[in-house]
Amino acid sequence: MSGNKATMLHESAIGHVTGRAAYTDEVHPPLGMVELHPVLSPHAHARITRIDSAAAQNQHGVLAVLTAADVPGVNNTGPILRDEPLLPVDQVCHHSQPVAWVVAETPAVARAAAALVAVDYEPLPACLSTAEAIEQEQFFLPPAQVARGDAGTALDAAPLRLSGELAIGGQDHFYLETQASWVQVDSEGIVQVLSSTQHPTETQIIVARVLGLPSNRVVCRSLRMGGGFGGKETQANPYAAIAALAAWRCGRPVRIKLLRELDMQLTGKRHPFHARYEVGFDAEGMLQALKVQLYADGGWSCDLSPPVLMRAMVHVDNAYYCPHVHIEGRICRTNLPSNTAFRGFGGPQGMLVGEEIIDRIARHLQLPAEQIRERNFYSASAQPPRNTTPYHQPVVDNVIADLWAQLKASSEYDRRREQIAQFNDGSARRKRGIAITPVKFGISFNKTEYNQAGALLHIYADGSIQLNHGGTEMGQGLHTKILGVATRVLGVSPKRIQLMTTSTDKVPNTSATAASSGSDLNGQAVKAACLTLLERLRPIAAKRLNCAVDQVAFVDDCVQVAGDAKRQLPFAELTAAAYAARISLSATGYYRTPGLHWDPKAGRGHPFYYFAYGAAVSEVEVCGYSGVHRLLRCDLLHDVGDSLNEIIDRGQIEGGFVQGLGWLTCEELRWGAQGQLLTNAPSTYKIPTVGEVPTAFQVDLYRRQADPSTDVIFGSKGVGEPPLMLAISVREAIREAVAAFAPGASQVDLGAPATPEAIYTAIARLRARR
Amino acid sequence: MKLSVNGKAVDYDGDPQMPILWFLRDELQLTGTKFGCGRALCGACTVHLDGQAVRACVIPMAAAADKAITTIEGIPSEHSLKLAWVKHNVPQCGYCQSGQIMQAADLLQRTPKPNDAEIEQAMTGNICRCGTYTRIRDAIKTAAESSS
Repeated sequence: MSGNKATMLHESAIGHVTGRAAYTDEVHPPLGMVELHPVLSPHAHARITRIDSAAAQNQHGVLAVLTAADVPGVNNTGPILRDEPLLPVDQVCHHSQPVAWVVAETPAVARAAAALVAVDYEPLPACLSTAEAIEQEQFFLPPAQVARGDAGTALDAAPLRLSGELAIGGQDHFYLETQASWVQVDSEGIVQVLSSTQHPTETQIIVARVLGLPSNRVVCRSLRMGGGFGGKETQANPYAAIAALAAWRCGRPVRIKLLRELDMQLTGKRHPFHARYEVGFDAEGMLQALKVQLYADGGWSCDLSPPVLMRAMVHVDNAYYCPHVHIEGRICRTNLPSNTAFRGFGGPQGMLVGEEIIDRIARHLQLPAEQIRERNFYSASAQPPRNTTPYHQPVVDNVIADLWAQLKASSEYDRRREQIAQFNDGSARRKRGIAITPVKFGISFNKTEYNQAGALLHIYADGSIQLNHGGTEMGQGLHTKILGVATRVLGVSPKRIQLMTTSTDKVPNTSATAASSGSDLNGQAVKAACLTLLERLRPIAAKRLNCAVDQVAFVDDCVQVAGDAKRQLPFAELTAAAYAARISLSATGYYRTPGLHWDPKAGRGHPFYYFAYGAAVSEVEVCGYSGVHRLLRCDLLHDVGDSLNEIIDRGQIEGGFVQGLGWLTCEELRWGAQGQLLTNAPSTYKIPTVGEVPTAFQVDLYRRQADPSTDVIFGSKGVGEPPLMLAISVREAIREAVAAFAPGASQVDLGAPATPEAIYTAIARLRARR
Repeated sequence: MKLSVNGKAVDYDGDPQMPILWFLRDELQLTGTKFGCGRALCGACTVHLDGQAVRACVIPMAAAADKAITTIEGIPSEHSLKLAWVKHNVPQCGYCQSGQIMQAADLLQRTPKPNDAEIEQAMTGNICRCGTYTRIRDAIKTAAESSS
């Protein structure tokens, strides 16, 4: 599996297994580095009446106790709304919110001194759940809408109609590397930030804002991250900013690396959602009208909640066409940590609501759910066509029907469904279930301006190459894919290219590495930079090879007359000649995704360049006494286009599925009466481990039949997020198994996550109803 | 106190209650061993103490006196597990992987040919948030086969 470009190994493969691959908290520390520790609020919502830090400041080894008054610039880290004070001025808005930070010589001194900071509070009423926020009408921003047709009239006209609600739990990122930043003000007064951030440009902007500096006085670098998953898209910023403030105030290098409990208590998570729906359909199960109200728990500040909510709203449809749709969304304001990006960015929650509705219809009609699913697929060939989304974007290059049919066959779905029915007939205590679910996921940032990227390429006279791009590496293999793109365009081997640390002084004005778009955007920018330099090299090569410019080809670390390997010269010889001929060997590359537009107020436009598709079959066994389930087998088929790197793409599919499995089955956040996170360690917050993943785990890449109408880098597709939603098949398989305890039930409610407790409750509810 | 780290004799005269993780990372700059949770619950800090896998975040220095610690840096590059890890392209973010390899090395020392259940039992305390579990399982099997 090695040796060719499609399966190039991870660029850090050796570093990872030898321990040499360095993360943010692992660079050799500069002399005089100091530490930070926070003073935490014991209240979820309270007025601050006094902060007395005198005792702490008198401690030996304490350099400063930072409060709001120390901020020289704007005391706010909010990325969209400026509603997120770095240090609270007069009130705290969630439990464990840092009120002040102690800067000290050692972690132990900082921690001890933090305990000596006296803060007086007047507690205020706290809103601690989505339900409370809805009841109290505590919302951010006006409602958002996505609508097409006349859902109200169509609902009234529909032959059949159902309504319901679904509450969906959140998810902690639990990146293994907690939030980390090192900051130093250098001899020229430039603030040098090293941060475990998915968005170095925004970290740069926020640090500059807090310090009252222009962007050119701050450089932010991001080494590889020990996982991000969206949790370091905006929420790395406050920790970089507080470290920068400490470095600025104290004139010392500062490091911050959150302890696990702090990371879990302080940072936001995947948004819990609450959905209410009404659906109209016919006796065949064809969707006719859909009205959905989505509530996202934003937490105490707005953060990225508006685009997260919008992505949820534009993924309720998943792969299904419905002629009349009205979706309204609201962001709840609660006194909990501020919820944020998490792999899928609202898409999974929206899609889960859609699949819930499909299952309701299927059970109401007593038809297999997969039949309702496939009947409702988007289809351009149907008469009339059924291929326009609720946000008015046409679904082109739609492969779901073919992909679905392939997976049903390869997983032997129909045969296994019968086998399972037989098993269930003969088993009273344990029941099995199987389900197949589709994924259609929109690729691009909803916000059009984020869909741009830059690159910087230097070729040195000796033929060695340095490459910068704006994307960050968090384990998704972006750097490896980018190396693959550059070697392919330049016709050189990977060892000739040194990929440089992502840095805002190399590529400015970058977007977050997010939205599954890292390789789409940065790959194209890198390709553009490479092509620019090849164009400059071509005339020099033509002269040396005595051929026409358009005959020059770059292959195998050489330049040659196309098709004639005998007339060639080494790449290094060409670059030396280019230098001698005074040709610039440095270039930038730039890319913007074409054809995108989006009106957030109308909830309408063409927000996605294309869709990624996939489908999964999962089989589970549920114990009727304990509610414990076991995942027996999974078959995943996913569409990555012409893969940039199959071994990496397969890893994303496997890993995304496992993360989705965690969200939907075992990861449950619990909060105490004071709004404190009770599940703040792996002992109480259950993340999937090796035993949860079945050995029968088949992952295949879908081979499309026709060329796509889009021009994504080398025909590939983004893969970071979509596979997470393949895990919805596990939830639906569990529901099938639960239903087998009460055959014929016209409705099977199941909590999300489907923990043993939720499964047990679902079975008990069915038994009680009979 | 005296101890050995990756075969080299080392002196330590600091707080005997300090977890060995910080001695390895901050004093010896052996940063291949990671901090994950600080409560021996995630496995990212797994090292060997006299040949047995332990969680460096909770073992105090006092417990390492006159003993031998092996970290990921002390496992040879040509070790069957490291080769298998590279072959299967196991790591994604990589942060948990040194702990995974140290745990797997402990398993193979005790059980040279582990079956799926034995792998599951040995590795269940090592969390990988990127979800590389199928590859971890495959790599352990490859390593077990190659060292026969």
